[in-house]
Amino acid sequence: MATSTTKALTGEEPPGTTGDGNTPRRRGALLHRLDVKGAPYAFVAPFFVVFAAFSFYPLVYTSWISLHDVELATLDVMEWVAFDNYVELWGDSRFWNALQNTITIGVISTVPQLMMALGLAHLLNYRMRASLFFRVASLVPYATSVAAAALVFTMIFERDFGMINWALGSVGIDPVDWEADKWPAQAAISTIVIWRWTGYNALLYLAAMQAIPAERYEAASLDGASRWKQFTHVTVPGIRSTIVFTIVLSTIGATQLFGEPLIFGQGPNGVTGGADNQYQTLGLLLYEEGWKNYQMGRSATVAWAMFMLLVLAFVAQHLIKRLRSRTS
Amino acid sequence: MTTHSLPVRTETPARTPVEKPARGGRRLLRPGAGRQHHAGPLAYVLLVVMAVLSIFPLYWTMVAASTDNTRVSQTPPPFLPGPNLFSNLARAWDEAAMGKAMVNSLIVAGVIALSTVMFATLAGFAFAKLRFKGRNVLLMLVIGTMMVPPQLGVVPLFMMMSELGWSQQLPAVIFPTLVSAVGVFFMRQYLSEALPDELVEAGRVDGAHSLRIFWSIVLPIARPAMAVLFMITFVHAWNDFFWPFVVLDMTNPTVPVALTQLSAGYVRDQSLIMAGALLGTLPLLAMFIVFGRQIVSGIMAGAVKG
Repeated sequence: MATSTTKALTGEEPPGTTGDGNTPRRRGALLHRLDVKGAPYAFVAPFFVVFAAFSFYPLVYTSWISLHDVELATLDVMEWVAFDNYVELWGDSRFWNALQNTITIGVISTVPQLMMALGLAHLLNYRMRASLFFRVASLVPYATSVAAAALVFTMIFERDFGMINWALGSVGIDPVDWEADKWPAQAAISTIVIWRWTGYNALLYLAAMQAIPAERYEAASLDGASRWKQFTHVTVPGIRSTIVFTIVLSTIGATQLFGEPLIFGQGPNGVTGGADNQYQTLGLLLYEEGWKNYQMGRSATVAWAMFMLLVLAFVAQHLIKRLRSRTS
Repeated sequence: MTTHSLPVRTETPARTPVEKPARGGRRLLRPGAGRQHHAGPLAYVLLVVMAVLSIFPLYWTMVAASTDNTRVSQTPPPFLPGPNLFSNLARAWDEAAMGKAMVNSLIVAGVIALSTVMFATLAGFAFAKLRFKGRNVLLMLVIGTMMVPPQLGVVPLFMMMSELGWSQQLPAVIFPTLVSAVGVFFMRQYLSEALPDELVEAGRVDGAHSLRIFWSIVLPIARPAMAVLFMITFVHAWNDFFWPFVVLDMTNPTVPVALTQLSAGYVRDQSLIMAGALLGTLPLLAMFIVFGRQIVSGIMAGAVKG
């Protein structure tokens, strides 16, 4: 046994086998045991330390700050105000407006995005030429930053010389004011989100589709199921956990929406989300309260409202799922 | 002996996941799995439409960046590149502070990607192959942290940074993102498949300590996945917007922060704005063109959750 000789040579035996009182050997065994027991914790520690310091602690501390008045200029002066910030936020029409915008933009950006991703994944799953090209091409928007994408789409949706209005005009439709009108603006912002994330989600679906055993399709086609039936009865159920995963990710992304509405049209001064706040999201309101109005306490309150929205969204999704499974 | 031919056959697929990663990241997807109909003409047409929709905004960015301000604002809009691409890029580099922003982004994204890969591989190895108390609980914790949007802690984080004296400094952007839960999970999934238990055992028997095993056994096997994770993290760090926008200012921006200034009204030269947007995207586009296959397979490998 080659292994036992090397063990003897290095003097590092597994714990429990050191019978005699040979000191270096015992110290080796001790070190070995320390290593086996301690190293895993040392290996995972960096993640948890950084997460605790820069994510968990701020998250918890947010709730504490939301109970205070804190000004941006004097961050170390915190005045206790109990739930005043929450009461004011509840009575603030801008909050309800931002909440509503976040939900509507969230829905019109997430639902079409995931449906298109499903269709695209189905197409990419065919055996075909240039499949790598199509996959990389659908990922190109993912490589584009929010900032760059929002700038480009701002120009494409421009009222006077934008490409969309030019195309609409060529089929006789009057130009749309994509920035000033509420629903067109929200649709345009959703377009940016959809453009950036459809391909990415499609690749997630594609990966899951390729893991579906071929036998299920064979069985379905033996039963005479059409292509469409196979898609709805084999493919979609087969990637259900991935669909749930993307819904969760998109919901989180939708509640946090910030860059697209900020840059669309106006740049750093666009934290109001349009002249009438017609596309101000909760993310923008959070920034406006903290860094334009200098009220950090109120900003933290908006953050908590965003968190609650996220929790409510997941509870709602869970309830819908249970209701649907009960009816079916 | 004929009955023994079966076990021999089952051995081959078991070995492939170890050898496959050598080129192009993890291949969880065995050929033949899933449906493999051939694409018809309609599928090709739809795919070409999707590809055009994906690429067109970037193509048009390049077109707009290569013309001048008056041409961009005419109808019909230009569809073919003009002669000014390089002069506009040069102007964006100098006038719009894109030069400094590019260097900053390179530092930020490079450091974040390196440290994410390093720590994710360490933790991923521990979660995949080492036995310790609380392993499953800790892993659940890692996954749970993915659900926490970083935006929620932004106010205390900002206060922390100004206390540390890091406001408007790159460390303020770098430190909070030194690790990533997705990265840890990704490396764990990869290593639990690609790294045979026997190799770790053999290292132990030879008396190697854990760090030594990590260095000489785990790292060489993890390398393809590390490369993919590096690129994906780099893309995310390069494009990260909210927190850099909050904590940095225009004197010391990253690329996305500098881009917001372009639209802020100081510059109303549309072709210059587009040149800036193009410049900020070019490094990532180059990466996607060269390593597209690896990035695609990496994203797909991360998708299959087990």
